[in-house]
Amino acid sequence: MLNSLFSGDFPRSRVLTAMLIITFVGLLLTPFIFPGARAMNVGAKICIFIVLVAAFDLMLGYTGILSFAHTMFFGIGAYGVAIACDKLGPDWSSVLIGMGAGMVISAVIALVISLFSLRVRTLYFAMITLAVASAFHILCSQLGEVTGGEDGINFMVPDLIHPSTQLAEPFFGVEITGQIVAYYGLFVFALVVFLFILRVVNSPFGRVLQAIRDNEFRAAAIGYRVVVFRSISTVLGSVIAALAGSLLALWLRYNGPGSTLGFDIMMDILLIVVIGGMATMYGSVIGAAIYLIAQNYLQDLLKLVQADVEGIPVISGMLHPDRWLLWMGLAFIICVYYFPWGIVGKLRMRALGIK
Amino acid sequence: MNQPTPSHHPVLETRGLTVRFGGHVAVNSVSCAFHAGSLTAIVGPNGAGKTTYFNLISGQIPTTAGEVFLFGENISKLPTPSRTRRGIGRAFQLTNLFPFLTVQENVRIAVQARAGMGLDLFSLWSNHRELLEKAEYILEQVALTSQRYTQARALPHGDQRKLEVGLMLALEPEVFMFDEPTAGMSVDEVPVILDLIKKIKEQGNKTLLLVEHKMDVVRELADRIIVLHNGTLVADGEPEEVIASPIVQEAYLGAAPDKSKGTR
Repeated sequence: MLNSLFSGDFPRSRVLTAMLIITFVGLLLTPFIFPGARAMNVGAKICIFIVLVAAFDLMLGYTGILSFAHTMFFGIGAYGVAIACDKLGPDWSSVLIGMGAGMVISAVIALVISLFSLRVRTLYFAMITLAVASAFHILCSQLGEVTGGEDGINFMVPDLIHPSTQLAEPFFGVEITGQIVAYYGLFVFALVVFLFILRVVNSPFGRVLQAIRDNEFRAAAIGYRVVVFRSISTVLGSVIAALAGSLLALWLRYNGPGSTLGFDIMMDILLIVVIGGMATMYGSVIGAAIYLIAQNYLQDLLKLVQADVEGIPVISGMLHPDRWLLWMGLAFIICVYYFPWGIVGKLRMRALGIK
Repeated sequence: MNQPTPSHHPVLETRGLTVRFGGHVAVNSVSCAFHAGSLTAIVGPNGAGKTTYFNLISGQIPTTAGEVFLFGENISKLPTPSRTRRGIGRAFQLTNLFPFLTVQENVRIAVQARAGMGLDLFSLWSNHRELLEKAEYILEQVALTSQRYTQARALPHGDQRKLEVGLMLALEPEVFMFDEPTAGMSVDEVPVILDLIKKIKEQGNKTLLLVEHKMDVVRELADRIIVLHNGTLVADGEPEEVIASPIVQEAYLGAAPDKSKGTR
């Protein structure tokens, strides 16, 4: 049972298992242990980024495809839901239509990009996707009538997941609003999609992807049509990115270029993959949790610390809350230096006794 | 064209096979047929076009002119994976493995390619016992059982060569192409590979091609030798007679007769 749930791919390290359980329980209980909109917002973002990054790692870590268009698909999914709910009204059918349309459009675009450019080398593919994604970003910022331009689209969602909906009596002192429902919907969705990706990478197909990543030439020589496998991996990764985008739009009840298409989000994805560890699905979980918590709370931490060092000339300046990005950058450099295979990669290697 | 092929028809045949790289003709109109149950050694000095000839047969590089036939079917325009699935197996001269997969996974990925199960996205890799057992059987044949959980990149050179051959065995091909299978192996490892080649040959229905520099190995295994020189087929016949011929004596013992055409 557990074996098929986790697709036989267990953490294989006690420390990692503990970290995963903490993350899981933390996300599960966020609305109850950390009351307030902000914590729940971070929790929801972690769930979404786990899926988004896992899909990216399916392509990068398992297949060796570097696509800078991942945020484009994230955006397509988000715009799908936003536009559908905005134009067709806030009910579940528009949500489904928006999600479905986003996923289908993503699949088609991903397939076209794959077939045209996966024959070329990794770097050229990366550049082609970068160009397409930039063009899409500009297009969305300009097409004001459809996408709301730079301002994006604020839209209504079905009542069940709207924050102002009161659903039940307070439970453990927490009011059960539509936001709680939305949070748990998101949580379950993310969990199921994550387990699905875990299954794909541990299927016979997933091993072929790894073989192609390792040695494309030999994979073809033993009879695998490399382009077909790469295309499927790209399409799957992109469709899941679109799904993650739909979830984000539903959660924020908003979508605009800044929330899904920006290059800073692409950077976030890359950093999470590197911190968590490539070619380990659990890396996306640990990476997303650590990175997003740091991104959202490092500034507050610095505020607390700075109060204690007030007046000490250099240190006070360095620990100023506005310097949080500096510390984030340093942490990243240290992480890459000491864990070139990411946190999960490192833990697994240590557990397996590989130096 | 596609009538069933009687057994006296060749399994593999090249007709006027040619490839030109710029002005350099690497393989020059080589016509040759290979029959089931035979082992043909391809010899010639470095740069004679032996590996290039292999590349043309297994599809790694496109031909300039000429055709390759497998069981009477023209496969000249097919991409490599299609040729492999039709029965052409190849072990490479330069070891060509999946470095980050384990030894067992390397063989299994090839077993799975043979079984045509690559596009199965939802079952568990570890649940396919039959594929695993077959992989284990092949590991036994190439004497790598004890290394099954080692990553391929961590294997010593000799073991990587054995795994290289193991990957081809896993494909259960009709045509086995060995490109210097024992190159760089230690003396005590060589017999493992030679015995394997003999065993495949003894099955009687497989076609074997062997590129090899060691004349003692060629003498021991080959039924027939063809000699390539500057991309041209210059001799073809019984091992003893070819080895004794002036062209081989010259190529291996004396200076190559025409150096101006250059080597690769």
